Amino acid sequence: MMLRLDHVTKVFRIGAFGGRTVTAVKDVSFDVAPGEVVSLIGESGSGKSTLGRLILGLSRATGGTITFDGRPARAGKDYYRDVQGIFQDPFSSFNPVFKADRVFAMIKESYHPGVPEGEWAERVRTALRDVRLNPDQVLGKFPHQLSGGQLQRLLIARALLLEIRLLVADEITSMLDASTRIDVLNLLAELKTRGLGVLYITHDLSLGNYLAERTIVLREGAVVEMGPTGDVFGDPLHPYTRELLSAVPRLHEDWADAEDPGTCLYHERGASGGLLEAAPGHLVACARSKTC
Amino acid sequence: MTTIQEAVPRERAAVRREALYFAVRNGKLMTGLTIVLALLLLGLIGPLFVAAAPNEYSVKAMSPPTGEHWFGTTTFGQDIFAQFVHGLRATFAVGVVGGGIAAVIGMVVGFVAGYVGGLVDEVLNMLTNIVLVIPSLAVLLIVNAYLGIRSVAVQGLFIGLTQWPWAARAIRAQTFSLRTREFVDLARMSGSGTGRIIAREIAPNMSSYLFMTFILLFGGSVLIASSLDFIGLGPTEGVSLGLMLQNANQWSALQLGMWWWFVPPGAAITAIVGALYVANVGLDEVFNPKLRET
Repeated sequence: MMLRLDHVTKVFRIGAFGGRTVTAVKDVSFDVAPGEVVSLIGESGSGKSTLGRLILGLSRATGGTITFDGRPARAGKDYYRDVQGIFQDPFSSFNPVFKADRVFAMIKESYHPGVPEGEWAERVRTALRDVRLNPDQVLGKFPHQLSGGQLQRLLIARALLLEIRLLVADEITSMLDASTRIDVLNLLAELKTRGLGVLYITHDLSLGNYLAERTIVLREGAVVEMGPTGDVFGDPLHPYTRELLSAVPRLHEDWADAEDPGTCLYHERGASGGLLEAAPGHLVACARSKTC
Repeated sequence: MTTIQEAVPRERAAVRREALYFAVRNGKLMTGLTIVLALLLLGLIGPLFVAAAPNEYSVKAMSPPTGEHWFGTTTFGQDIFAQFVHGLRATFAVGVVGGGIAAVIGMVVGFVAGYVGGLVDEVLNMLTNIVLVIPSLAVLLIVNAYLGIRSVAVQGLFIGLTQWPWAARAIRAQTFSLRTREFVDLARMSGSGTGRIIAREIAPNMSSYLFMTFILLFGGSVLIASSLDFIGLGPTEGVSLGLMLQNANQWSALQLGMWWWFVPPGAAITAIVGALYVANVGLDEVFNPKLRET
């Protein structure tokens, strides 16, 4: 396995003297293989972006281990040669006082100092065309002169310029229109066949999930269900997943309490501790309580 | 086609050239800088053209401005223009030394505390607060009693060493808010280290703010130096704009109607600080591409 998370927990200390704590990620274990797309679904505040930042080494896990090729995932020039991320807010991903294409120059400076200028410019233009951007329209512009969708695609193009092996894609299509979204997803599918592993983080059941071999459903920092995408979508075992899949929030009803959990598969089978393997590779958490 | 190919790799040079392009076209910046540079130039070359030593007495006392004494003379017949040009030198020196030292310490402490955070921040913040609440006047009294401040440079040094805390606090707060922006993470993922992120991602976002900090520290140093001069803790040698004002006050220039004694030094201090402030507003427009367009 290329990327492996083993019982990862992240606790934030908040308040004046760090007296209170918030558990953002609770005992999460999964892995991503080369050429595999794993999609991470969860509502706002479920801890998916925190997980992405942990994997990218931008914050340190409180418990558990994250390894990449058996080595601990630690921020550093070598790590980022293999692993890159795209953040969900394209507007704050660019330094407002510099031109947007500076993100490419920074990569060249760090990772491709030997490439001749002309050749590098051509590579940049190719990467931009790959994400369906017109190079002449976006190069030499300041971030505030570009749209959210353009900025988002610049970030994708930036990741393409490195020969990375794992991409943490946090809501990368959130600001793209339908046609561009398909192009970006097709691009991801193509990169996947070339061996790129992708952690596709999303809050809705968008098209992107169909790229994924496996789907992980996250709720309040903990995994409620994970397994092959077909199984999770076709035969959801956890009431929360079922609720998520029905995707029709009802008025005057709380989203979380909308459905009676009914019988708990987890208890029926007498499982305890961790997730229950209901079918090969298809894991589910207890439905009755979040702590069970 | 070719322009874009050239623009991408030569990013840093291009940014510098572009800032200069907007700088020379910014009226506020140019006006402010012109006033400051004109006064600086007067301070630098003025003494070469003035025959009289600044504190030399002559028989023509209390003379209003004349062809012989451009700014008039004091109660004791000292040439005010000679005092003025020498005083400008001392004032610029104390401002640059005091403001410069305070700005450097404030930036280092502020950036490191704000960016690194955690225990480092706690320690630096504690140090900042301690220096902040130490009454610098009392410290200067003690320092003066034991060492004595005899030159402008030493005075500037002490002012710098006691002035930095508020700058450090302000820069720390700004850094705190900037370091959580995602472009900082993106820079980290582009292989930049901590020092480079501070210098090339965070500092450029507050460059006009940093310049403003220096300007305020510069102005503050000039004013503190004047007050120190007044209570007898100033440099015992030479003359400064602050000393001129205090002498004018001491010898009742206002009551005697000797406006030429206190107006030039007062106007010069105001002009220097004011012009630097106007330049700062202009600089904000130069560095911030969003302000440029409106």
